[in-house]
Amino acid sequence: MIIKNVRAYYAAGSGPEVKAVDGVSLAIREGDVLGIAGESGCGKSTLAAVMSLTARPPLNVKGGEMSLNGKTFSLVEQAKFPRDWHGKMVALLPQRAMNSLNPTARVRDFVVDVVRAHDSTVRPRAAIEQARERLEQLSLPARVLESYPHQLSGGMRQRVVAVISTLLNPQVLIADEPTSALDVSSQKQLVLLLKLLLECRFITRIVYITHDLPMLSNIANFIIVMYAGKVAEIGTTQQIVNEPRHPYTHALITSTLDPDLRVREHQLEGIRGAPPDLRYPPTGCRFHPRCPRVMEICSREEPPIVGEEERYAACWWVFEQSKTAGGKEAQS
Amino acid sequence: MSAHSSQVPLLETRDLQRAFGHGDHAVRAVERVSFSIQPGEIVAIVGESGSGKTTLARLLLRLLDSTGGRILLRGEDVTDLRRSNDLKAYWRKVQGVFQDPFAAFNQFYTNRRVLENALKLLNHGLPRQEHTQRIEAALREVGLDPADTLDKWPHQLSGGQVQRVMIARALVIGPELLIADEPTSMLDASLRVTVLNLLLALRKQHNMGIIFITHDLGQAYYVSDRILVMYQGELVEQGPVEKVFAMPKHEYTQRLLADVPRLRGA
Repeated sequence: MIIKNVRAYYAAGSGPEVKAVDGVSLAIREGDVLGIAGESGCGKSTLAAVMSLTARPPLNVKGGEMSLNGKTFSLVEQAKFPRDWHGKMVALLPQRAMNSLNPTARVRDFVVDVVRAHDSTVRPRAAIEQARERLEQLSLPARVLESYPHQLSGGMRQRVVAVISTLLNPQVLIADEPTSALDVSSQKQLVLLLKLLLECRFITRIVYITHDLPMLSNIANFIIVMYAGKVAEIGTTQQIVNEPRHPYTHALITSTLDPDLRVREHQLEGIRGAPPDLRYPPTGCRFHPRCPRVMEICSREEPPIVGEEERYAACWWVFEQSKTAGGKEAQS
Repeated sequence: MSAHSSQVPLLETRDLQRAFGHGDHAVRAVERVSFSIQPGEIVAIVGESGSGKTTLARLLLRLLDSTGGRILLRGEDVTDLRRSNDLKAYWRKVQGVFQDPFAAFNQFYTNRRVLENALKLLNHGLPRQEHTQRIEAALREVGLDPADTLDKWPHQLSGGQVQRVMIARALVIGPELLIADEPTSMLDASLRVTVLNLLLALRKQHNMGIIFITHDLGQAYYVSDRILVMYQGELVEQGPVEKVFAMPKHEYTQRLLADVPRLRGA
């Protein structure tokens, strides 16, 4: 699956548009988990809406295309996609997915609704049977089908919705902060479940969106770091965690708090300032007002992309570093 | 009372309880919790959702009445304070910071009005100029520019900034004890660290006691001296941070530690 040059803006009354996602491209191979990391307001949930084909006004997709299984189509007219693509091609698992269950109906009724929305010839009993089988394959208790939502814990509800939303074996599951309303133990169980869904080939790829880097490093193969609607850095999880290039990635990593002896030894820095107002994004590099490595050129010109397609950072400082490193190699 | 005033804890609870409902249906949210905190100490209370952390915070802030046990502030029993003047006197010494900064403030009040209202808790008769000085000093202490903040409404600031205004609101009163109930859980990782550093600075400069409530063991480990683990309303483990992390005794603490995602796997 390849996504190219997505631009998605929110209309904001008479004022300028909010450029929430501005020229983002990404690729994801079969069997991979792609992580998208960034702070609130960096555009990661907007990107999730565009990719899951659920963008509706005031969010307007201004450009971008998606290739899936060899077919390429434009993302601009989101409402024109066939309805049954949702769940079959792309499925979305949002943060509050657990609240999407009807409190007055049993879980099995929800299953019937989901399955029959795609194929009305399926008999209710067959749909429930399919869900029961799936739950058993994933070692989840099948009795949840008979339960009302309030009888299940938050973590269990989230897992149940994850299973139901992938019943139709979608090509991509887009998980948008699926664990941030859960406590650590339920978080771990949900991540294990998603990995299992991938292993069993019930889903082909996962896009996992979160601000929680430690969580991401435990599930993703590739990580994209976003800042203010743009890609700051791309790399494998190992590269991002152990050899971050962009100053923003670096700052994100140094401000994570592992319960670890080293954390207490020195005071951490954090990142000064706050993310920008995307109606009036900063000129040049959007991170320059907060960047510890800021140079004079950063506020004037858009940063260059340094690296290859699957491993790059968009940053002037990285560009300078690579030039001097390249120069030294040439001399020696 | 103890002979040495230095040994009287800043705050102490003895078998503190709170049940909701009656009889068989009672939910025991806080069950016989006993602990104490000294001036200048940071104590973290950790536990999963539903473990009774927030109920405990509300009991300690005297926003909720207990159904058993005692709370002592510097050795003085404050469990049964009811009269509004007594409670106000208590809140001059004990202040809270809450999880959702936007829900804690009236959206129609400017920050100036919020902070001036907070000052009403102190004895009246302060000259107006001193009001302004106090407010501006508190804002500077939390790293905000008064000129840039005072006449704005909460929605014009970012989450991290509003959370700092909330800490400034507690600061203008000058409490001896700050109860911070998940103050960082709505904030991004990069802003979390700045709020945690602020708590560390407050302890250093004002010798303030801080009770830091969180479900994030990493944060608890970073700021606190002692850690209390809550599970199903009870304190199941307490001790110095290093000890709890190196040798967790209770099964629940062990599980909690094992489930925390680490950046580099581990």
